[in-house]
Amino acid sequence: MYSKTIKAISDDLADKKYSSAELTTELLNKAKQHNETLNGFIRITEEQALSAAKKADENRAKGISTPLTGVPIAHKDLFCTQGIATTSASKMLESFIPPYDATVVTRLSEAGVVSIGKTNMDEFAMGSSNESSHFGPVRNPWDTERVPGGSSGGSAAVVAARLVPAATATDTGGSIRQPAALTGTTGLKPTYGRISRWGMIAFASSLDQAGPIATSAEDCAMLLNAMAGFDDKDSTSVKRPAEDFTASLSSSLKGTTIGLPKQYFPENLDPKVASLVQSAIREYEKMGCKLKEIDLPTTQHAIPAYYIIAPSECSANLARMDGVRFGHRCENPENLDDLFTRSRAEGFGDEVKRRIFTGTYALSAGFYDAYYVKAQKVRRLIKNDFARAFEEVDVIMGPAAPSVAFKLGEKGADPLAMYLEDYFTIAINLAGLPGMSIPAGFSDGLPVGLQIIGNHFDESTLLNFAHQYQSVSDWHTKTPEGFEG
Amino acid sequence: MALSSTEIKEIAYLARIAIQDNEVPHFQKELSSILDFVAQLQSIDTDKVEPLSNPLDQTQRLRADEVTETNQRDANQEGAPLVEEGLYLVPKVIE
Repeated sequence: MYSKTIKAISDDLADKKYSSAELTTELLNKAKQHNETLNGFIRITEEQALSAAKKADENRAKGISTPLTGVPIAHKDLFCTQGIATTSASKMLESFIPPYDATVVTRLSEAGVVSIGKTNMDEFAMGSSNESSHFGPVRNPWDTERVPGGSSGGSAAVVAARLVPAATATDTGGSIRQPAALTGTTGLKPTYGRISRWGMIAFASSLDQAGPIATSAEDCAMLLNAMAGFDDKDSTSVKRPAEDFTASLSSSLKGTTIGLPKQYFPENLDPKVASLVQSAIREYEKMGCKLKEIDLPTTQHAIPAYYIIAPSECSANLARMDGVRFGHRCENPENLDDLFTRSRAEGFGDEVKRRIFTGTYALSAGFYDAYYVKAQKVRRLIKNDFARAFEEVDVIMGPAAPSVAFKLGEKGADPLAMYLEDYFTIAINLAGLPGMSIPAGFSDGLPVGLQIIGNHFDESTLLNFAHQYQSVSDWHTKTPEGFEG
Repeated sequence: MALSSTEIKEIAYLARIAIQDNEVPHFQKELSSILDFVAQLQSIDTDKVEPLSNPLDQTQRLRADEVTETNQRDANQEGAPLVEEGLYLVPKVIE
């Protein structure tokens, strides 16, 4: 019997209960078996996984190991993997094989993890339901008629289904926390600059941040230890003293203060989501936390500010996909303009085009100040709101998503309805703060997430709060029916 | 704010994405509704507020002007659609 958490797997491997090769083989078989239903993987990399597992076993036998040596995970398909196709779930990059590894991939490989595949996602990480993937939608293991959230829907679904104990993911406006909430997994979006963006296919560079999705806060802390750290190759990477994020997981929360923004409990919030989030908060009260209502008056401006800033940055970042140096190229281009415009029209899906158009318009001559600069000024007001709040509280709590997982196709017709899915998560990216979603219970059999927001570079406190709740609750250990084995 | 079909075609051309005539109405409707939605920002008082482009207010880190990369042209061109003798091939630009 194989363990389900990284912590337990790590202990089992150290105790020689089983080898990484045995565990990896088992998970590869499970992944292949369930992928037809879930579609969580774009690619399962069996050969590379087995060879990495063998090497991890050899290293453990030689006494060269970290706690992650031999632990199987999966990488979101926007982390470049040398020699393994990396698509960002786009037709544009369907055959793109990177000549190098992303820093996140390098660091985790150096720590000894074994990647079993590349996970599905919304195309170029643009979406909140995983329906914009060129490789088809991902299904939620709690109800396969429903979406797993997005954009890291594949990573969240394969972790929820226990096909791997953890997966890498990215969060530009909620893409780790919202799918974690909708699949009952634990997701951490660290502070902007904490983890290198090198080799992560860029969407919106001032917002993008990598992080783990796992089944517990403790596992997220173990992964963050390997993923975090300064990288010369990322110009916005931040130099910080090394930290052990597992060190303060068990600290007492007595006397700490939780801020509850009144804007995070709006009247139209799904009452079941509201009540589960409130009961999780009452557990914290029992642990000795003080609750304080706070005011984040700019909350409602976060989505419009984001939907100017993110598309603007995306339109600039995706300009590199020109059909010349890599990626999709149309057939028989008549001239250079035809080559650019037709390659891009064929390579990008609708949501990506919509965002490139929005960004192109916002950045065009005559509109730049009214849109982009205005949104950046509002962005500062949003950041200032949080800075004021953190003078009085240790963490901020609220829902991670406005409702439980919705049905495939339910929000397909209206892009704006999908954008509102990120109401609770988007401001955190604009302010560069770290945030988590942890399982807080079930509404009619579907998971609900509690969001915990911390101050800049205060991931240790966030993880401490998350771990303390997981020490008195068992929502995070629940496994969807049919995936228990 | 309603965008005209001409404006949609101009935006698509600026973005270098080919767009068919029958696609114009659908992008016209969606982009107009997105612009209507973001227009609410105009009512916020941002006088004397400095724009925030990096969430940590960082400035660009500079490095010494030294060669740090080795030549990896062949590896980088392996995924290119069309190359010849280390050059990317595109349709003739100058007649």
